[in-house]
Amino acid sequence: MSWTEIDTWIVVTGVLISMACALPGLFLLLNKQSMLGDAISHAVLPGIAIAFLVSGSRDVFPMVLGAAIAGLFTAVLTQVIHERGRVDAGAAMGVVFCSLFALGLVLIRMASDKVDLDPSCVLYGALETAVIDVGPVPGIAIHSGVMLAVNLVLVLVFYKELKVAAFDPALATTLGINASLMRQALTVMTSITAVIAFESVGSILVIAMLIVPPATAMLISRRLSVVLLWSLVAAGASVILGHLSAITIVPWTIGKLTGTANMGAVSSAGMMAAAAGMLFLVVLAVTKAVSRRSTGHEAASTQAVTG
Amino acid sequence: MSLDDFVVQLWRLLTLQDYNTRIVLLGASVFGAVAGLTGTFLLLRKRSLLGDTLSHATLPGVAAAFLVASAVGWSGKSLPLLMIGAGLSGVAGIGLVLLIRHYSYIKDDAALALVLSVFFGFGVALITAIQQLPGGNAAGLDHFIYGKTASMTATDAWFILAAAFGCGLGCFLLFKEFTLLCFDEHFAGASGWPVRLLDVVLMGLVVIITIVGLQAVGLLLVVAMLIIPPAAARFWSERLAPTAIIATAFGFVSSLVGVTASALFPRLPAGAVIVLAGAFFFGVSLIFGTRRGLFFRMLEQRSARERLQREHLLRAIYECSETKGELAAGMPVPTADLMLKRPWTHRELAREIESTAKRGLVVSGDGQAVALTNRGLAEARRLVRNHRLWEIYLLTYADVAASQVDRDADRIEHALDPRLVDELEDILDRERKSGFVPRDPHHDLEVKS
Repeated sequence: MSWTEIDTWIVVTGVLISMACALPGLFLLLNKQSMLGDAISHAVLPGIAIAFLVSGSRDVFPMVLGAAIAGLFTAVLTQVIHERGRVDAGAAMGVVFCSLFALGLVLIRMASDKVDLDPSCVLYGALETAVIDVGPVPGIAIHSGVMLAVNLVLVLVFYKELKVAAFDPALATTLGINASLMRQALTVMTSITAVIAFESVGSILVIAMLIVPPATAMLISRRLSVVLLWSLVAAGASVILGHLSAITIVPWTIGKLTGTANMGAVSSAGMMAAAAGMLFLVVLAVTKAVSRRSTGHEAASTQAVTG
Repeated sequence: MSLDDFVVQLWRLLTLQDYNTRIVLLGASVFGAVAGLTGTFLLLRKRSLLGDTLSHATLPGVAAAFLVASAVGWSGKSLPLLMIGAGLSGVAGIGLVLLIRHYSYIKDDAALALVLSVFFGFGVALITAIQQLPGGNAAGLDHFIYGKTASMTATDAWFILAAAFGCGLGCFLLFKEFTLLCFDEHFAGASGWPVRLLDVVLMGLVVIITIVGLQAVGLLLVVAMLIIPPAAARFWSERLAPTAIIATAFGFVSSLVGVTASALFPRLPAGAVIVLAGAFFFGVSLIFGTRRGLFFRMLEQRSARERLQREHLLRAIYECSETKGELAAGMPVPTADLMLKRPWTHRELAREIESTAKRGLVVSGDGQAVALTNRGLAEARRLVRNHRLWEIYLLTYADVAASQVDRDADRIEHALDPRLVDELEDILDRERKSGFVPRDPHHDLEVKS
């Protein structure tokens, strides 16, 4: 399998978007809201479909707006059903995102007269075809880069607020930081990142990029600033490993297994998620082995989490 | 479609004239019912989202089973084989969640999200490989994600019926055990029930539901039907058996409505319409549910508030007349005196007197005075007695300062039930003459000081 310019752009776009996902993802993880990432990545579908229906085009801006509103709507509705309806938090989230996703599927079917929109494209992404674009730099690479820059600036500017709101909401309140506002802002940030990522990795795989690299980083360190850096590294590494295995080892193995000659590349987005998972397991095994051997195990595990 | 055509079509559907319609209606509705039943236990175990992870985690198993079957030269479309693959990888996914939870600091929800996305991603990658196999026979695998409700075959329906029968029987036989597992796991363990085994059995039932549901109705719908009907049923009952029955009914009816709607409007995806029907029932239950619904809770809170206000008024009148030593029904008490009793405004007091008068507990005299009726006096006597018994209890046994007891007693008097009042009487060893109202402890205090 030869490396082409397309492969370069797939990897570049993948690295940018997965790093952009890892930033809000880390704080979702710390807020114990990981499944909200899953919920949002399903629930932005109707927002996007309505944006399509209203604007009649696949422009980025209406999509981003629709996704942000749908994401915020999901978080608020889940909260209301959980608190006012006294439904278990997980179930409340399940009810909201399943319903919104179903609504999205119906709307997309209705919208398909007007605009060319394939549900499976939104679900799986189309990284391989989307990077074949006019101009020297593919559009989705630019979008992903802008998203990463925006998220990076937001996280650096609001680093202290996000940290306090995640670790100690009560302290946040006494310091004059509105913890619930921070959470809602995080929800909006996640939704917008998710819709940008749809173009490259697809809605269901967004959740992998949101959660798995930060979870891997959490295994390595207990200091927030260090975890943040490792999340970015893990995100980048997952993408590179994922794409490499998608064009080499996986098709080769399956080709051998089924006796098919010339098995082509498999879904890069899918393998990126799988690689992120493998990376997590390897790091888990290594850190377990190291901490078992190390004498400072007790001290390390009881050390308070600080940034 | 004209209205006549529409009615004719609806009639054909409802009378089950087409063989295909019969299959789809039967399969989908039985699936909905049994998913609602099993989901009830999942909901009460607070594990609803585990179903989400489980169903996503089946995808690589399906794809791998297909590949293995092709490799050894069997038909990759052998349904039992695909289902075994789905089951194995689903169970592996759940196992991995437990493993991560046990061996790292990673929280439960993060472990669920991690396994879900990684397994699903790998499944998608395998499916893109299968699509490249010669023969192009991979088309059926798409059904595992979106389902093929509208084109369900008799085989699918039979699988669903068999699984539904098994799961229904399992839930019925283990109803008591599952109840204990859901509400008091530790008690169950302490009483010698095999809690781990019961948990495994419950998860096994969910796995079975998921794998038969995947092929027939799709991944999304499986999760939705495990979560939405039970969550809706919770608004109608506080007891497990009725909740389970209502959840089963909601699942059944949502599927019927969804399939009917998608047959009438063929462009709508059946699975999604079933979920939306379920969401509709959830919304109705959330607002109008008789146990936890928002509307009924609002009414309940309002009536409790009204009762509280009424009881305050009665006690105030009683205490005013008592101070004057003129305790009898029909004895007018000036509203000016009542104003001093509680921090209420003239308007609030007037409104309260009016609504209490409607109930025949007081009679209002031209807005300047108010008197208790016979019934009002009896009610006021009961209230004041509760209030003072509680005050005395607090003074005697809880060692609360006399100047504090009034407020505490004020809060509890409305909630004292007759049995507790009896108990207080016993404890206090006072005169047991029914209807006796103890003296005001504040009075004793004033005399002493």
